[in-house]
Amino acid sequence: MDLLDFARGPALQVAIYVFIAGSLWRILGVLLLQRKPDHSEPRQSGGFRGALKVIWSRSFTAPAFAKQTKYPKILGYILHIGLFITVFFFVPHIVFIKDLFGIGWPGLPNNAIYFVGVVTVAVGVALLIRRMTHPVLKLISNFDDYFSWLVTMLPLITGLVMPIRFGVRYETLLAIHILSVALLLIWLPFSKLAHTYFVFISRGTTGALLERRGART
Amino acid sequence: MKTIPTLGQILQAQGVSRRGFMKYCAATASLLALPPAMVPRIAQALEQARRPSVIWLSFQECTGCTESLTRSSSPTLEGLIFDSISLDYHHTLQAASGDAAEAARHAAMQENMGKYLVLVDGSIPMANPGYSTIAGISNYDMLMETVEGAAAVVAIGSCAAFGGIPGANPNPTGAVSVSDLVKDKAVVNVPGCPPIPMVITAVLAQFLTFGQLPDLDVHGRPVAFFGQTIHDRCYRRPFYEQGKFAETFDDEGARKGWCLYKLGCKGPITYNACATVKWNAGTSFPIESGHPCLGCSEPGFWDKGGFYNPISTANIGSGAGLAGAAVAGVALGAAASTLSRKRQQKTIKEG
Repeated sequence: MDLLDFARGPALQVAIYVFIAGSLWRILGVLLLQRKPDHSEPRQSGGFRGALKVIWSRSFTAPAFAKQTKYPKILGYILHIGLFITVFFFVPHIVFIKDLFGIGWPGLPNNAIYFVGVVTVAVGVALLIRRMTHPVLKLISNFDDYFSWLVTMLPLITGLVMPIRFGVRYETLLAIHILSVALLLIWLPFSKLAHTYFVFISRGTTGALLERRGART
Repeated sequence: MKTIPTLGQILQAQGVSRRGFMKYCAATASLLALPPAMVPRIAQALEQARRPSVIWLSFQECTGCTESLTRSSSPTLEGLIFDSISLDYHHTLQAASGDAAEAARHAAMQENMGKYLVLVDGSIPMANPGYSTIAGISNYDMLMETVEGAAAVVAIGSCAAFGGIPGANPNPTGAVSVSDLVKDKAVVNVPGCPPIPMVITAVLAQFLTFGQLPDLDVHGRPVAFFGQTIHDRCYRRPFYEQGKFAETFDDEGARKGWCLYKLGCKGPITYNACATVKWNAGTSFPIESGHPCLGCSEPGFWDKGGFYNPISTANIGSGAGLAGAAVAGVALGAAASTLSRKRQQKTIKEG
Protein backbone atom coordinates (compact mmCIF):
# COMPACT_ATOMS: atom_id res chain seq x y z
CA MET A 1 0.00 0.00 0.00
CA ASP A 2 1.52 3.32 -1.04
CA LEU A 3 0.95 6.68 0.63
CA LEU A 4 -1.94 7.63 -1.67
CA ASP A 5 -3.71 4.31 -1.09
CA PHE A 6 -3.26 4.82 2.65
CA ALA A 7 -4.60 8.39 2.49
CA ARG A 8 -7.61 7.55 0.30
CA GLY A 9 -8.32 4.38 2.24
CA PRO A 10 -7.70 3.76 5.96
CA ALA A 11 -6.68 7.33 6.87
CA LEU A 12 -9.76 8.95 5.36
CA GLN A 13 -11.96 6.14 6.60
CA VAL A 14 -10.87 6.61 10.23
CA ALA A 15 -11.08 10.40 9.89
CA ILE A 16 -14.66 10.28 8.57
CA TYR A 17 -15.71 7.86 11.33
CA VAL A 18 -14.17 10.10 13.99
CA PHE A 19 -15.79 13.17 12.41
CA ILE A 20 -19.27 11.62 12.35
CA ALA A 21 -19.06 10.04 15.81
CA GLY A 22 -17.34 13.08 17.34
CA SER A 23 -19.78 15.58 15.85
CA LEU A 24 -22.87 13.65 16.97
CA TRP A 25 -21.32 13.19 20.41
CA ARG A 26 -20.66 16.90 20.79
CA ILE A 27 -23.99 18.08 19.31
CA LEU A 28 -26.20 15.62 21.22
CA GLY A 29 -24.14 16.08 24.37
CA VAL A 30 -25.02 19.77 24.26
CA LEU A 31 -28.62 19.51 23.03
CA LEU A 32 -29.57 16.93 25.68
CA LEU A 33 -28.14 18.93 28.56
CA GLN A 34 -30.61 19.77 31.31
CA ARG A 35 -31.88 23.32 30.87
CA LYS A 36 -32.15 25.72 33.76
CA PRO A 37 -35.88 26.04 34.56
CA ASP A 38 -37.27 29.43 33.53
CA HIS A 39 -40.15 30.25 35.87
CA SER A 40 -40.98 33.61 34.38
CA GLU A 41 -44.04 34.16 32.19
CA PRO A 42 -43.12 34.08 28.48
CA ARG A 43 -43.44 37.63 27.09
CA GLN A 44 -43.73 36.38 23.54
CA SER A 45 -44.44 33.02 21.94
CA GLY A 46 -42.49 31.64 18.98
CA GLY A 47 -39.15 30.51 20.31
CA PHE A 48 -38.23 28.87 17.00
CA ARG A 49 -38.85 32.09 15.09
CA GLY A 50 -36.69 33.94 17.61
CA ALA A 51 -33.94 31.37 17.17
CA LEU A 52 -33.92 31.75 13.38
CA LYS A 53 -33.99 35.54 13.71
CA VAL A 54 -30.87 35.64 15.88
CA ILE A 55 -29.05 33.06 13.73
CA TRP A 56 -29.48 35.52 10.88
CA SER A 57 -29.13 38.85 12.70
CA ARG A 58 -25.89 37.90 14.51
CA SER A 59 -24.25 37.44 11.13
CA PHE A 60 -24.03 41.23 11.03
CA THR A 61 -22.36 43.54 13.49
CA ALA A 62 -24.53 45.85 15.57
CA PRO A 63 -24.17 49.42 14.24
CA ALA A 64 -22.50 50.57 17.48
CA PHE A 65 -19.53 48.22 16.84
CA ALA A 66 -19.45 48.40 13.05
CA LYS A 67 -16.44 50.66 12.79
CA GLN A 68 -14.22 48.85 15.31
CA THR A 69 -14.91 45.39 13.87
CA LYS A 70 -14.94 46.29 10.19
CA TYR A 71 -11.46 44.88 9.37
CA PRO A 72 -11.76 41.43 11.03
CA LYS A 73 -15.39 41.14 9.98
CA ILE A 74 -14.66 41.67 6.28
CA LEU A 75 -11.64 39.35 6.41
CA GLY A 76 -13.67 36.79 8.30
CA TYR A 77 -16.35 36.84 5.64
CA ILE A 78 -13.82 36.49 2.84
CA LEU A 79 -12.16 33.58 4.66
CA HIS A 80 -15.42 31.71 5.20
CA ILE A 81 -16.85 32.34 1.74
CA GLY A 82 -13.48 31.43 0.22
CA LEU A 83 -13.38 28.18 2.15
CA PHE A 84 -16.95 27.42 1.10
CA ILE A 85 -16.19 28.01 -2.59
CA THR A 86 -12.94 26.03 -2.65
CA VAL A 87 -14.44 23.12 -0.75
CA PHE A 88 -17.77 22.90 -2.54
CA PHE A 89 -17.12 24.18 -6.06
CA PHE A 90 -13.85 22.48 -7.06
CA VAL A 91 -14.88 19.63 -9.37
CA PRO A 92 -12.72 16.86 -7.80
CA HIS A 93 -14.29 17.78 -4.43
CA ILE A 94 -17.80 17.57 -5.89
CA VAL A 95 -16.90 14.17 -7.36
CA PHE A 96 -15.77 13.08 -3.88
CA ILE A 97 -19.02 14.27 -2.26
CA LYS A 98 -21.16 12.73 -4.99
CA ASP A 99 -19.45 9.40 -4.56
CA LEU A 100 -20.09 9.54 -0.80
CA PHE A 101 -23.64 10.93 -0.68
CA GLY A 102 -24.95 10.55 -4.22
CA ILE A 103 -25.55 14.24 -4.82
CA GLY A 104 -23.53 16.57 -7.00
CA TRP A 105 -23.73 20.02 -8.59
CA PRO A 106 -21.85 22.01 -11.24
CA GLY A 107 -18.35 23.20 -10.33
CA LEU A 108 -16.26 26.23 -11.21
CA PRO A 109 -13.26 26.36 -13.59
CA ASN A 110 -10.00 25.47 -11.86
CA ASN A 111 -8.48 28.92 -12.33
CA ALA A 112 -11.39 30.51 -10.46
CA ILE A 113 -10.84 28.06 -7.60
CA TYR A 114 -7.08 28.75 -7.58
CA PHE A 115 -7.76 32.50 -7.40
CA VAL A 116 -10.25 32.14 -4.55
CA GLY A 117 -7.88 29.75 -2.79
CA VAL A 118 -4.94 32.17 -2.93
CA VAL A 119 -7.10 35.04 -1.66
CA THR A 120 -8.40 32.83 1.17
CA VAL A 121 -4.89 31.84 2.26
CA ALA A 122 -3.76 35.49 2.15
CA VAL A 123 -6.72 36.52 4.30
CA GLY A 124 -6.00 33.64 6.66
CA VAL A 125 -2.42 34.87 7.09
CA ALA A 126 -3.68 38.45 7.70
CA LEU A 127 -6.04 37.17 10.40
CA LEU A 128 -3.26 35.15 12.00
CA ILE A 129 -1.00 38.22 12.10
CA ARG A 130 -3.83 40.18 13.69
CA ARG A 131 -4.34 37.47 16.30
CA MET A 132 -0.64 37.47 17.14
CA THR A 133 -0.29 41.26 17.34
CA HIS A 134 -3.62 42.50 18.69
CA PRO A 135 -3.07 43.36 22.40
CA VAL A 136 -6.27 41.71 23.62
CA LEU A 137 -6.68 38.96 21.05
CA LYS A 138 -3.21 37.57 21.61
CA LEU A 139 -3.91 37.30 25.36
CA ILE A 140 -7.07 35.28 24.91
CA SER A 141 -5.67 33.02 22.16
CA ASN A 142 -4.48 29.55 23.07
CA PHE A 143 -3.16 26.42 21.38
CA ASP A 144 -6.64 25.57 20.06
CA ASP A 145 -6.80 28.85 18.10
CA TYR A 146 -3.39 28.46 16.47
CA PHE A 147 -3.64 24.76 15.77
CA SER A 148 -7.16 25.18 14.37
CA TRP A 149 -5.80 27.88 12.04
CA LEU A 150 -3.05 25.52 10.88
CA VAL A 151 -5.39 22.57 10.41
CA THR A 152 -7.75 24.77 8.35
CA MET A 153 -5.01 26.24 6.19
CA LEU A 154 -3.13 23.00 5.49
CA PRO A 155 -5.73 21.52 3.09
CA LEU A 156 -5.91 24.88 1.30
CA ILE A 157 -2.16 25.24 0.95
CA THR A 158 -1.55 21.62 -0.02
CA GLY A 159 -4.38 21.87 -2.55
CA LEU A 160 -2.96 25.02 -4.10
CA VAL A 161 0.52 23.50 -4.37
CA MET A 162 -0.77 20.60 -6.47
CA PRO A 163 -0.91 22.37 -9.85
CA ILE A 164 2.58 23.86 -9.25
CA ARG A 165 4.15 20.80 -7.61
CA PHE A 166 7.63 22.25 -6.93
CA GLY A 167 9.20 19.05 -8.24
CA VAL A 168 7.17 16.79 -5.95
CA ARG A 169 5.21 13.97 -7.55
CA TYR A 170 1.47 14.58 -8.01
CA GLU A 171 0.37 11.44 -6.18
CA THR A 172 2.52 12.38 -3.17
CA LEU A 173 0.98 15.86 -3.05
CA LEU A 174 -2.51 14.41 -3.45
CA ALA A 175 -1.83 12.00 -0.59
CA ILE A 176 -0.56 14.85 1.63
CA HIS A 177 -3.62 16.93 0.70
CA ILE A 178 -5.99 14.09 1.64
CA LEU A 179 -4.08 13.45 4.88
CA SER A 180 -4.39 17.14 5.78
CA VAL A 181 -8.16 16.87 5.23
CA ALA A 182 -8.20 13.76 7.43
CA LEU A 183 -6.46 15.75 10.18
CA LEU A 184 -9.04 18.53 9.82
CA LEU A 185 -11.92 16.06 10.08
CA ILE A 186 -10.47 14.49 13.23
CA TRP A 187 -9.66 17.84 14.89
CA LEU A 188 -12.87 19.68 14.00
CA PRO A 189 -15.42 18.18 16.44
CA PHE A 190 -13.14 18.56 19.47
CA SER A 191 -11.85 22.08 18.90
CA LYS A 192 -13.00 25.64 18.28
CA LEU A 193 -13.57 24.55 14.68
CA ALA A 194 -16.74 22.92 16.00
CA HIS A 195 -18.22 26.41 15.61
CA THR A 196 -19.01 25.07 12.13
CA TYR A 197 -22.21 23.72 13.69
CA PHE A 198 -22.21 25.17 17.22
CA VAL A 199 -22.51 28.68 15.82
CA PHE A 200 -26.06 27.90 14.81
CA ILE A 201 -26.94 26.01 18.00
CA SER A 202 -25.62 28.72 20.32
CA ARG A 203 -27.20 31.57 18.38
CA GLY A 204 -30.48 29.70 18.13
CA THR A 205 -30.54 28.97 21.86
CA THR A 206 -29.83 32.62 22.67
CA GLY A 207 -32.47 33.77 20.16
CA ALA A 208 -35.18 31.48 21.64
CA LEU A 209 -34.37 32.65 25.16
CA LEU A 210 -34.38 36.31 24.25
CA GLU A 211 -37.63 35.93 22.34
CA ARG A 212 -39.29 34.37 25.39
CA ARG A 213 -38.13 37.29 27.51
CA GLY A 214 -39.39 39.82 25.00
CA ALA A 215 -36.00 41.26 24.15
CA ARG A 216 -35.43 43.20 20.95
CA THR A 217 -33.05 41.13 18.80
CA MET B 1 34.86 -17.89 -39.77
CA LYS B 2 31.31 -16.68 -39.83
CA THR B 3 31.07 -12.88 -39.79
CA ILE B 4 28.37 -11.49 -37.55
CA PRO B 5 26.59 -8.69 -39.41
CA THR B 6 26.22 -5.30 -37.79
CA LEU B 7 22.82 -3.81 -37.05
CA GLY B 8 23.39 -1.28 -39.85
CA GLN B 9 24.03 -4.06 -42.35
CA ILE B 10 20.94 -5.95 -41.25
CA LEU B 11 18.72 -2.89 -41.54
CA GLN B 12 20.19 -2.06 -44.94
CA ALA B 13 19.56 -5.61 -46.11
CA GLN B 14 15.94 -5.26 -45.05
CA GLY B 15 15.48 -2.16 -47.16
CA VAL B 16 15.60 0.52 -44.46
CA SER B 17 16.80 3.76 -46.03
CA ARG B 18 19.49 5.93 -44.49
CA ARG B 19 16.91 8.71 -44.08
CA GLY B 20 14.50 6.37 -42.28
CA PHE B 21 17.25 5.10 -40.03
CA MET B 22 18.39 8.64 -39.10
CA LYS B 23 14.77 9.57 -38.41
CA TYR B 24 14.53 6.70 -35.96
CA CYS B 25 17.79 7.77 -34.30
CA ALA B 26 16.55 11.36 -33.99
CA ALA B 27 13.26 10.18 -32.51
CA THR B 28 15.12 7.96 -30.05
CA ALA B 29 17.41 10.83 -29.02
CA SER B 30 14.38 13.04 -28.58
CA LEU B 31 12.52 10.45 -26.53
CA LEU B 32 15.55 9.90 -24.33
CA ALA B 33 15.79 13.68 -23.85
CA LEU B 34 19.28 13.74 -25.40
CA PRO B 35 20.61 16.77 -27.31
CA PRO B 36 20.43 16.69 -31.14
CA ALA B 37 24.23 16.41 -31.24
CA MET B 38 23.86 12.86 -29.93
CA VAL B 39 21.89 11.70 -32.99
CA PRO B 40 24.98 10.87 -35.13
CA ARG B 41 26.50 9.04 -32.19
CA ILE B 42 23.38 6.96 -31.74
CA ALA B 43 23.34 6.24 -35.47
CA GLN B 44 27.02 5.29 -35.50
CA ALA B 45 26.72 3.09 -32.42
CA LEU B 46 23.61 1.34 -33.69
CA GLU B 47 25.05 0.82 -37.16
CA GLN B 48 28.21 -0.74 -35.81
CA ALA B 49 26.60 -2.73 -33.02
CA ARG B 50 26.94 -6.44 -33.31
CA ARG B 51 23.73 -8.28 -32.69
CA PRO B 52 23.43 -8.31 -28.94
CA SER B 53 22.34 -11.58 -27.42
CA VAL B 54 18.99 -11.31 -25.74
CA ILE B 55 17.36 -13.94 -23.58
CA TRP B 56 13.65 -13.35 -23.11
CA LEU B 57 12.11 -15.14 -20.15
CA SER B 58 8.35 -15.44 -19.89
CA PHE B 59 6.89 -16.34 -16.53
CA GLN B 60 3.36 -15.67 -15.19
CA GLU B 61 2.18 -13.55 -18.10
CA CYS B 62 -0.42 -13.35 -20.85
CA THR B 63 1.97 -12.84 -23.78
CA GLY B 64 0.44 -9.39 -24.28
CA CYS B 65 3.87 -7.79 -23.94
CA THR B 66 5.28 -9.92 -26.76
CA GLU B 67 2.16 -9.25 -28.81
CA SER B 68 2.60 -5.52 -28.25
CA LEU B 69 6.07 -5.61 -29.69
CA THR B 70 5.73 -8.16 -32.46
CA ARG B 71 2.32 -7.09 -33.67
CA SER B 72 3.00 -3.39 -33.73
CA SER B 73 1.95 -2.22 -37.17
CA SER B 74 4.78 -3.58 -39.22
CA PRO B 75 7.20 -2.88 -40.62
CA THR B 76 8.25 -0.32 -38.03
CA LEU B 77 11.83 0.57 -37.42
CA GLU B 78 11.55 -0.42 -33.79
CA GLY B 79 10.23 -3.76 -34.96
CA LEU B 80 13.20 -4.16 -37.28
CA ILE B 81 15.65 -3.14 -34.60
CA PHE B 82 14.06 -5.76 -32.40
CA ASP B 83 14.23 -8.32 -35.20
CA SER B 84 17.90 -7.52 -35.54
CA ILE B 85 18.91 -8.51 -32.06
CA SER B 86 19.95 -12.07 -31.50
CA LEU B 87 16.92 -13.33 -29.67
CA ASP B 88 18.42 -16.57 -28.45
CA TYR B 89 15.59 -17.68 -26.22
CA HIS B 90 11.88 -16.82 -26.29
CA HIS B 91 9.15 -19.41 -25.70
CA THR B 92 6.61 -17.89 -28.00
CA LEU B 93 8.87 -17.02 -30.89
CA GLN B 94 11.51 -19.74 -30.95
CA ALA B 95 11.07 -22.87 -33.01
CA ALA B 96 12.99 -25.09 -30.64
CA SER B 97 11.29 -26.65 -27.65
CA GLY B 98 12.09 -28.82 -24.67
CA ASP B 99 15.74 -29.66 -24.09
CA ALA B 100 16.80 -28.00 -27.34
CA ALA B 101 15.35 -24.68 -26.20
CA GLU B 102 17.04 -24.90 -22.82
CA ALA B 103 20.30 -25.84 -24.52
CA ALA B 104 20.00 -22.68 -26.65
CA ARG B 105 19.59 -20.60 -23.50
CA HIS B 106 22.64 -22.15 -21.87
CA ALA B 107 24.68 -21.76 -25.04
CA ALA B 108 23.76 -18.09 -25.34
CA MET B 109 24.67 -17.52 -21.70
CA GLN B 110 28.06 -19.20 -22.05
CA GLU B 111 28.99 -17.54 -25.34
CA ASN B 112 28.01 -14.07 -24.16
CA MET B 113 28.85 -14.26 -20.49
CA GLY B 114 28.61 -10.81 -18.91
CA LYS B 115 27.31 -9.21 -22.13
CA TYR B 116 23.85 -10.53 -22.82
CA LEU B 117 20.61 -8.82 -21.94
CA VAL B 118 17.79 -10.56 -20.09
CA LEU B 119 14.28 -9.36 -20.85
CA VAL B 120 11.61 -10.73 -18.54
CA ASP B 121 7.87 -10.58 -18.86
CA GLY B 122 5.60 -12.03 -16.22
CA SER B 123 5.84 -12.27 -12.46
CA ILE B 124 7.52 -15.01 -10.46
CA PRO B 125 5.41 -17.22 -8.15
CA MET B 126 7.02 -17.67 -4.74
CA ALA B 127 4.20 -19.40 -2.85
CA ASN B 128 4.93 -22.68 -4.61
CA PRO B 129 7.58 -23.19 -7.32
CA GLY B 130 5.25 -25.69 -9.02
CA TYR B 131 2.76 -22.98 -9.97
CA SER B 132 4.81 -22.08 -13.02
CA THR B 133 7.63 -24.15 -14.47
CA ILE B 134 9.42 -24.32 -17.81
CA ALA B 135 11.06 -27.62 -18.79
CA GLY B 136 10.68 -28.65 -15.16
CA ILE B 137 12.58 -25.59 -13.94
CA SER B 138 10.82 -23.19 -11.60
CA ASN B 139 10.53 -19.58 -12.70
CA TYR B 140 12.63 -18.48 -9.75
CA ASP B 141 15.48 -20.90 -10.53
CA MET B 142 15.46 -20.00 -14.21
CA LEU B 143 15.52 -16.27 -13.49
CA MET B 144 18.31 -16.42 -10.94
CA GLU B 145 20.42 -18.74 -13.11
CA THR B 146 19.97 -16.61 -16.22
CA VAL B 147 20.58 -13.18 -14.72
CA GLU B 148 23.83 -14.29 -13.11
CA GLY B 149 25.90 -13.60 -16.21
CA ALA B 150 23.71 -10.83 -17.65
CA ALA B 151 24.89 -7.31 -18.40
CA ALA B 152 21.49 -5.93 -17.49
CA VAL B 153 17.93 -7.01 -16.87
CA VAL B 154 14.85 -5.36 -18.34
CA ALA B 155 11.50 -6.15 -16.76
CA ILE B 156 8.96 -5.84 -19.57
CA GLY B 157 5.36 -5.11 -18.60
CA SER B 158 3.67 -4.50 -15.29
CA CYS B 159 3.76 -8.17 -14.20
CA ALA B 160 7.56 -8.38 -14.39
CA ALA B 161 8.02 -4.83 -13.11
CA PHE B 162 5.54 -4.83 -10.23
CA GLY B 163 3.79 -8.22 -9.98
CA GLY B 164 0.88 -7.19 -12.20
CA ILE B 165 -2.37 -9.13 -12.27
CA PRO B 166 -0.91 -12.32 -10.78
CA GLY B 167 0.26 -10.19 -7.85
CA ALA B 168 -3.12 -8.50 -7.42
CA ASN B 169 -5.02 -9.13 -4.21
CA PRO B 170 -5.24 -11.90 -2.95
CA ASN B 171 -2.10 -12.87 -4.89
CA PRO B 172 -2.72 -16.64 -4.73
CA THR B 173 0.65 -17.57 -6.25
CA GLY B 174 2.72 -15.23 -4.08
CA ALA B 175 3.77 -13.42 -7.27
CA VAL B 176 6.69 -11.00 -7.04
CA SER B 177 8.46 -8.72 -9.49
CA VAL B 178 11.91 -9.18 -11.00
CA SER B 179 13.38 -6.39 -8.88
CA ASP B 180 12.05 -8.10 -5.75
CA LEU B 181 14.44 -10.95 -6.49
CA VAL B 182 17.32 -9.52 -8.52
CA LYS B 183 19.31 -7.27 -6.23
CA ASP B 184 22.84 -7.41 -7.60
CA LYS B 185 22.11 -6.39 -11.22
CA ALA B 186 20.73 -3.28 -12.82
CA VAL B 187 17.02 -3.84 -13.44
CA VAL B 188 15.13 -1.48 -15.73
CA ASN B 189 11.37 -1.57 -15.37
CA VAL B 190 9.38 -0.93 -18.54
CA PRO B 191 5.87 -1.33 -17.13
CA GLY B 192 2.57 -1.09 -18.93
CA CYS B 193 -0.14 -3.56 -19.72
CA PRO B 194 1.29 -3.87 -22.29
CA PRO B 195 4.29 -1.50 -22.46
CA ILE B 196 4.87 0.79 -25.42
CA PRO B 197 7.10 -0.99 -28.00
CA MET B 198 9.12 2.17 -28.72
CA VAL B 199 10.04 2.38 -25.04
CA ILE B 200 11.43 -1.16 -25.07
CA THR B 201 13.54 -0.59 -28.18
CA ALA B 202 14.68 2.85 -26.98
CA VAL B 203 16.05 1.26 -23.80
CA LEU B 204 17.85 -1.30 -25.98
CA ALA B 205 19.09 1.46 -28.28
CA GLN B 206 20.45 3.46 -25.35
CA PHE B 207 22.21 0.37 -24.03
CA LEU B 208 23.74 -0.35 -27.43
CA THR B 209 24.77 3.29 -27.93
CA PHE B 210 26.20 4.23 -24.58
CA GLY B 211 26.74 0.83 -22.98
CA GLN B 212 24.70 1.97 -20.03
CA LEU B 213 21.13 1.97 -18.93
CA PRO B 214 18.97 5.10 -18.79
CA ASP B 215 18.29 7.19 -15.70
CA LEU B 216 15.53 5.63 -13.65
CA ASP B 217 12.78 7.00 -11.44
CA VAL B 218 11.75 5.78 -7.98
CA HIS B 219 10.04 2.77 -9.51
CA GLY B 220 13.03 1.82 -11.67
CA ARG B 221 11.45 3.21 -14.87
CA PRO B 222 13.38 5.23 -17.50
CA VAL B 223 12.78 8.87 -16.60
CA ALA B 224 12.77 9.82 -20.28
CA PHE B 225 9.50 7.93 -20.76
CA PHE B 226 8.06 7.84 -17.28
CA GLY B 227 9.04 11.31 -16.09
CA GLN B 228 5.70 12.96 -16.70
CA THR B 229 2.13 11.95 -16.08
CA ILE B 230 -0.39 11.17 -18.78
CA HIS B 231 -2.39 14.12 -17.40
CA ASP B 232 0.60 16.47 -17.87
CA ARG B 233 0.78 15.73 -21.59
CA CYS B 234 -2.87 14.97 -22.29
CA TYR B 235 -4.45 16.96 -25.09
CA ARG B 236 -7.69 17.01 -23.04
CA ARG B 237 -5.96 18.78 -20.12
CA PRO B 238 -7.39 22.23 -21.03
CA PHE B 239 -10.90 20.82 -20.53
CA TYR B 240 -9.90 19.68 -17.04
CA GLU B 241 -8.77 23.20 -16.21
CA GLN B 242 -11.97 24.67 -17.66
CA GLY B 243 -14.11 22.30 -15.63
CA LYS B 244 -15.52 20.56 -18.73
CA PHE B 245 -16.01 16.85 -18.15
CA ALA B 246 -17.68 13.88 -19.79
CA GLU B 247 -20.18 12.56 -17.25
CA THR B 248 -20.95 9.33 -19.12
CA PHE B 249 -19.47 7.55 -22.14
CA ASP B 250 -22.22 8.73 -24.46
CA ASP B 251 -23.08 12.24 -23.32
CA GLU B 252 -22.37 15.51 -25.04
CA GLY B 253 -19.12 15.95 -23.11
CA ALA B 254 -17.87 12.57 -24.33
CA ARG B 255 -18.75 13.45 -27.92
CA LYS B 256 -16.97 16.78 -27.62
CA GLY B 257 -13.86 15.08 -26.29
CA TRP B 258 -13.93 16.66 -22.83
CA CYS B 259 -11.87 15.48 -19.88
CA LEU B 260 -12.48 11.91 -18.65
CA TYR B 261 -11.56 12.61 -15.01
CA LYS B 262 -15.09 11.95 -13.75
CA LEU B 263 -15.15 8.62 -15.60
CA GLY B 264 -12.21 7.40 -13.55
CA CYS B 265 -9.21 8.54 -15.62
CA LYS B 266 -6.00 7.77 -13.72
CA GLY B 267 -3.92 10.07 -15.94
CA PRO B 268 -2.98 12.45 -13.10
CA ILE B 269 -1.23 9.68 -11.16
CA THR B 270 0.10 7.64 -14.08
CA TYR B 271 3.61 8.11 -15.43
CA ASN B 272 4.00 6.93 -19.00
CA ALA B 273 4.61 8.17 -22.54
CA CYS B 274 1.26 7.12 -24.08
CA ALA B 275 0.14 10.73 -24.60
CA THR B 276 3.31 11.60 -26.56
CA VAL B 277 4.59 8.40 -28.20
CA LYS B 278 1.09 6.97 -28.64
CA TRP B 279 0.18 3.53 -29.98
CA ASN B 280 -0.27 1.80 -33.31
CA ALA B 281 2.34 3.78 -35.21
CA GLY B 282 1.41 7.02 -33.48
CA THR B 283 -2.30 6.70 -34.21
CA SER B 284 -3.74 7.37 -30.75
CA PHE B 285 -3.75 6.36 -27.12
CA PRO B 286 -6.63 5.19 -24.89
CA ILE B 287 -7.84 8.67 -23.87
CA GLU B 288 -7.82 9.75 -27.50
CA SER B 289 -10.08 6.78 -28.20
CA GLY B 290 -12.50 7.96 -25.52
CA HIS B 291 -11.51 5.70 -22.65
CA PRO B 292 -10.00 6.83 -19.34
CA CYS B 293 -6.42 5.87 -18.53
CA LEU B 294 -6.38 2.79 -16.27
CA GLY B 295 -2.98 3.62 -14.82
CA CYS B 296 -1.50 0.34 -16.07
CA SER B 297 2.13 1.41 -15.69
CA GLU B 298 1.79 2.13 -11.97
CA PRO B 299 2.60 -0.38 -9.22
CA GLY B 300 -0.45 -2.29 -7.98
CA PHE B 301 -2.84 -0.65 -10.44
CA TRP B 302 -5.27 -3.57 -10.20
CA ASP B 303 -5.82 -2.93 -6.51
CA LYS B 304 -6.33 0.84 -6.58
CA GLY B 305 -10.12 0.76 -6.53
CA GLY B 306 -12.48 0.61 -9.51
CA PHE B 307 -11.19 1.62 -12.94
CA TYR B 308 -14.20 3.90 -13.31
CA ASN B 309 -13.98 5.52 -9.88
CA PRO B 310 -12.50 9.04 -10.08
CA ILE B 311 -9.21 9.40 -8.24
CA SER B 312 -10.61 12.02 -5.89
CA THR B 313 -13.11 9.54 -4.47
CA ALA B 314 -12.38 7.88 -1.15
CA ASN B 315 -11.89 4.18 -0.75
CA ILE B 316 -13.65 3.86 2.60
CA GLY B 317 -15.65 0.68 2.29
CA SER B 318 -19.38 0.23 2.83
CA GLY B 319 -21.98 2.49 4.44
CA ALA B 320 -22.14 0.10 7.42
CA GLY B 321 -19.03 1.70 8.88
CA LEU B 322 -20.53 5.18 8.54
CA ALA B 323 -23.74 3.99 10.20
CA GLY B 324 -21.69 2.40 12.98
CA ALA B 325 -19.84 5.67 13.56
CA ALA B 326 -23.17 7.53 13.73
CA VAL B 327 -24.58 5.05 16.26
CA ALA B 328 -21.42 5.35 18.35
CA GLY B 329 -21.69 9.15 18.23
CA VAL B 330 -25.34 9.12 19.34
CA ALA B 331 -24.53 6.73 22.19
CA LEU B 332 -21.61 8.86 23.34
CA GLY B 333 -23.71 12.04 23.19
CA ALA B 334 -26.54 10.45 25.18
CA ALA B 335 -24.10 9.07 27.76
CA ALA B 336 -22.34 12.42 28.10
CA SER B 337 -25.59 14.31 28.65
CA THR B 338 -26.89 11.70 31.14
CA LEU B 339 -23.69 11.99 33.16
CA SER B 340 -23.96 15.75 33.06
CA ARG B 341 -27.61 15.69 34.24
CA LYS B 342 -26.73 13.37 37.13
CA ARG B 343 -23.87 15.63 38.18
CA GLN B 344 -26.18 18.65 37.96
CA GLN B 345 -28.90 16.99 40.10
CA LYS B 346 -26.31 15.93 42.67
CA THR B 347 -25.06 19.51 42.91
CA ILE B 348 -28.64 20.82 43.34
CA LYS B 349 -29.34 18.22 46.08
CA GLU B 350 -26.18 19.07 47.94
CA GLY B 351 -27.17 22.71 47.73
